[in-house]
Amino acid sequence: MQEIPGDLKFMKSHEWARVEDQGTVTVGISDHAQDLLGDIVYVELPSVGDHVQAGMACAVVESVKAASDLYAPVSGEVLAVNEALGDKPETINEDPFGDGWVLQIKPDNLAEELEELLDPDAYAESIEEDE
Amino acid sequence: MSRKTILNESHRALGAKMVDFGGWDMPLHYGSQIEEHHAVRRDAGMFDVSHMTVVDLHGDRCRDFLRHLLANDIDKLKLTGRALYSCMLNDEGGIIDDLIVYYLGDTFYRAVVNAATRDKDLAWIERHARSFGVEVRERRDFGMLAVQGPAARARVLGLLAPQDAARVDKLARFAAIEVTGPDGASLFVARTGYTGEDGFEIIVPEEATVALWNRLHEAGVHPAGLGARDTLRLEAGMNLYGQDMDESVTPWEAGLAWTVALDAGRDFVGRAALERQRAAGVTRTMIGVVMDERGVLRHGQRVVTPKGDGEILSGIFAPTLGKAIAFARVPVDAGSDVHVDIRGKLVPLRVVKYPFVRDGQPREGI
Repeated sequence: MQEIPGDLKFMKSHEWARVEDQGTVTVGISDHAQDLLGDIVYVELPSVGDHVQAGMACAVVESVKAASDLYAPVSGEVLAVNEALGDKPETINEDPFGDGWVLQIKPDNLAEELEELLDPDAYAESIEEDE
Repeated sequence: MSRKTILNESHRALGAKMVDFGGWDMPLHYGSQIEEHHAVRRDAGMFDVSHMTVVDLHGDRCRDFLRHLLANDIDKLKLTGRALYSCMLNDEGGIIDDLIVYYLGDTFYRAVVNAATRDKDLAWIERHARSFGVEVRERRDFGMLAVQGPAARARVLGLLAPQDAARVDKLARFAAIEVTGPDGASLFVARTGYTGEDGFEIIVPEEATVALWNRLHEAGVHPAGLGARDTLRLEAGMNLYGQDMDESVTPWEAGLAWTVALDAGRDFVGRAALERQRAAGVTRTMIGVVMDERGVLRHGQRVVTPKGDGEILSGIFAPTLGKAIAFARVPVDAGSDVHVDIRGKLVPLRVVKYPFVRDGQPREGI
């Protein structure tokens, strides 16, 4: 299991969010989530310019086992999606916190919604509770 | 509390992700289901199938009993050791289970049935065996391994003494013999499988199962889990009970007409219903489909055709093809203008003849 990077925030549903220097938010799924899903074979991405709502599904990650919604950790406009996942969805398995990112959001009200997310320790605890 | 095969600890030691399958605690994969799939297509893999139910049938009227019980014709088996694939139907022609039966002697047959249907299968077999005086004996004292892939035969032969290896090497497809294994245990070796690759299914005394698994592993056979087993068998165009057919479905509707023998004068269970249905006109059929757009086909998705809706039965992302394939049940003569509803979007499907994969390669046009 990969170590959880300290600069990330999490949802209980295993999405991570990283606030970048310029104030945008990069989103992906955790190492634990990719491990639960198994080999990932397809990612349905939103379109750049879509508006996503915190807590609502904004992408679908499909593995050999199941289709799983990815929930937006924060509300805002989709600035970019990871097009490389089209040809290599397994990048999420290989590097979930890095090259396996899924989308980037220009947040609407970051400060408030960030409060709702878990820090790495709290997320690690929530995983343990699940098991 | 789920049941465990004798290999449970071996799977865990290999880092398997375990899941419940038909009441059994079984390995889904040992890291990557896709890599295990490729290992079987390109080299050799092994599956623990000890959860499957082995049922020995003994009695002077065994063959008469199987003539009555099975939709396929047991009289196709002329030589001892030969095997037959068949459905076992209820009175309405619905499929109770699919199975393989081996002809081992005039008063001795061996059936292998699915794990998830064990209880109802045994009850059904026993109920019908009574009037034929056939004794039904479940063999819980066995483990079972499937060794599959282009290199599978060589790896198994390499573990046997020369004389036995020569006999197993000559084994025809869908035939079985008994030989002595590397650690002295008696092995029932059948040239059968559920992957579309050559190889063997080996029934082994439970206490000798772990040693055989380890020998095969040392010989370079890759452990493979239920996940790979599912993608391999669907690529090979093989049905899965519970997913592609059940008691509400007849062989006509499940692509299994080839397993039904309407030979003159044989009164098997379900025959009258099958003949009635065929005379009235079968309204549903099973087709193979490929999705060229990106995405995954999954069980239960709605299929839209000009003749009405159908549904995806077994659906997977096929590793050998790099795209999604499935079986679907649709109205007969639905034609080729077929779509699947994926999260509200209609995606076109290509109707194809299956198997999707043969001899490790995609079939032409797939």
